[in-house]
Amino acid sequence: MRANDVLGLIYSNSHDACISELTARRTMGSVPFGGRYRLIDFVLSGFVNCGMSKVGVITNRNFRSLMDHLGSGRPWDLSRKRDGLFMLPPFNLGEADGNGDRIGSLNRIMDFISGSSQEYILICDTNTIYNMDFSELFDFHTQRGADITVVTKYGKLPGLKNTMVFDCDENGLVKSVAISPKTDNEVLYSINTILMRKSLLERLIGDAESFSYESFEKSIIQKNLSRFNICCFKLSGFCGTVDSLVSYFNINMELLSLKVKRNLFNEDRPIFTKIRNDMPVIYGLGCKVSDSLISDGCIIEGTVERCVLSRGVRIGKGAVVKNCILMQDTYVGDNCELSYVITDKSVVITPQKALRGVKTYPIYIGKSIII
Amino acid sequence: MPKKNECIAMLLAGGQGSRLGVLTNNIAKPAVPYGGKYRIIDFPLSNCVNSGIYTVGILTQYQPLELNDYIGNGHPWDLDRAQGGVHILSPYQQIKGTQWYKGTANAIYQNINFIERYSPEYVAILSGDHIYKMDYSKMLQYHKDKDAACTIAMLEVPWEEASRFGLMFVDEDGAITDFEEKPKNPRSNKASMGVYMFTWEKLRRYLIEDEKREDSSNDFGKDVIPYMHKAGEKMYAFPFSGYWKDVGTIDSLWEANLDLLNPKANIDLSDSSWKIYGRSPVTSPQYVSNDAVLQNSIVAEGCTIEGSIEYSILFSNVNVEKGAVVEYSIVMPGTTIKSGAVVQYAIVAENAVIGRDALIGENPQKTGDIKEWGVTVVGNGVKVGDKARVKAKSMISDDVKEGDAV
Repeated sequence: MRANDVLGLIYSNSHDACISELTARRTMGSVPFGGRYRLIDFVLSGFVNCGMSKVGVITNRNFRSLMDHLGSGRPWDLSRKRDGLFMLPPFNLGEADGNGDRIGSLNRIMDFISGSSQEYILICDTNTIYNMDFSELFDFHTQRGADITVVTKYGKLPGLKNTMVFDCDENGLVKSVAISPKTDNEVLYSINTILMRKSLLERLIGDAESFSYESFEKSIIQKNLSRFNICCFKLSGFCGTVDSLVSYFNINMELLSLKVKRNLFNEDRPIFTKIRNDMPVIYGLGCKVSDSLISDGCIIEGTVERCVLSRGVRIGKGAVVKNCILMQDTYVGDNCELSYVITDKSVVITPQKALRGVKTYPIYIGKSIII
Repeated sequence: MPKKNECIAMLLAGGQGSRLGVLTNNIAKPAVPYGGKYRIIDFPLSNCVNSGIYTVGILTQYQPLELNDYIGNGHPWDLDRAQGGVHILSPYQQIKGTQWYKGTANAIYQNINFIERYSPEYVAILSGDHIYKMDYSKMLQYHKDKDAACTIAMLEVPWEEASRFGLMFVDEDGAITDFEEKPKNPRSNKASMGVYMFTWEKLRRYLIEDEKREDSSNDFGKDVIPYMHKAGEKMYAFPFSGYWKDVGTIDSLWEANLDLLNPKANIDLSDSSWKIYGRSPVTSPQYVSNDAVLQNSIVAEGCTIEGSIEYSILFSNVNVEKGAVVEYSIVMPGTTIKSGAVVQYAIVAENAVIGRDALIGENPQKTGDIKEWGVTVVGNGVKVGDKARVKAKSMISDDVKEGDAV
């Protein structure tokens, strides 16, 4: 299977509701992450790094920020004459729930899918952060002679609706599927990255439409276990699934481990993102910075500990910021004290303010709010 | 046929910059890294687009590979355009024979055809080795208001430095009355910044005449401008105030970088209304560990900082290991400084490796003879062995073995 024979499809609104604060005005795909990225950068870069050349981004709602981020697809080298990046907005806003509705979304873009020359289709969500070599998945799919391959991760089940949990043999062949079972054990769960032939997807979606099936997981995967050869590909390496504001916070913080950082950002498979042309970080006299990820355009004059700072953040003199995620252009005034706070873009915290969240409940401050 | 442009810019980027030594062994001076993520040429190019000049010819001659690659189609500066945009102009074969660019004026002379394609009324001649932020549209307006044939950007420099520059004498109206090239005893402190605005019709005529004269060195400063002045053309000086620095030498390059850390130096690159654009590397955010100390420094993305950094500029993907110290230095992309190494008052070029406990450069206050002191330079890709020592003012382009001193 050649990589440019695989059409990539990305659900940019996947599980929007689980971090409703951050997705009130944007898609899951355009949620800022890791300082300089948006969540969609990870799968999109993965697609490009393995040689895929055509990607459709399915959007159901709130996609202005996503369009602004993706533009013509140039940072991912997807601004092309042949193939490239395609935005797939809804035809009718009313029918989209922006959350599940995988079948409906696919059905609405059947023209796009059928009109593509690619033989295979790879479908991804955006709420999972990982940097995988997709060509390994393609080889696995071919070697196993699979009809459908689902990428899975072994670990604690994320608290998301309709998550498939698999039981499979040593070759990865699925024996049974449970959907969001109640369990505290570590399980093999789907991160909703699914590979199959285009012709098969067309048939399945056609069937689902005629029988009014609604659930991709139940009606397409669970129901067809005996009919098709469905396999699980186990993801190794770092993988974080956002299922709540707390997990979003924790996954950001996990990047502060050099091991995780080197796994997620490796030279062979760089993560591309929109360029902002900020100047490099300026560290002022008297600043103290430790154990943090800092992006270009920041000016730091205070104390920063265990933080992830996006581009253009300013920390005033005497300010102490600990365990925080500060998004683009957040301004923290002199002598402020912040701990366990997530600020959205362009938040201004005027001098001498103290804000304190706790590890299990970080405070979230919405876009452009002035405190 | 391209659309008519009122004003286009020609950027002189062919110079070797021999005074930058090993830093320009393989790259032209305008491609030398500056300020943590830029290259020198980003400044005139960004000034052009910020001033509304969208047709730029870049004249290259010396080691153009890296520069050509960096400019590419001009997209980082928004200069990938259907009309105009950025063009690399190298010397080429002509029916009458092949010629290198003999001088700055000759380089423009050889590209008269390029300029004529856009039928401009005005042509800005810029050089690719200055760090400054300037609105050329204001200079153009001044040029038009004065109905000048040539306008030269002028900066008042401290009297004690004036003898290093080409100086101008200016009357109350701003008209240039006389020139003086690097005099021993300066009578003026109004220096030319090497930024010229010409009325194209006039410049064209003088370039052709200059080419005919056999005694001419075909240089703007030495030949064309004095000649125009003698011929009685209207020459004006456009006063500029703000940061401007020629980064032609190791010392000035080092100073110009550290000026970014000096609030009094009046150069602010974080100003979003006058952004300096450049080709950004694809890399991760920078990581600052528990052991790191960072004071008054500029650090680019992709760096991993576990050591101590003071008064320094670090470019992308630099690794500073635990216990390493970097002070008053410039470290270019991809370099690794291993644990225990001390780098001070130095410029370390791209992809170098400084071994454990190595010592690079010296503090001038701790040097015996201050006249012997200078900024230390470690060239591109050089590997300095563990415990090796590179003295003040040394400039190295070969690897240094473990324990050696150079």
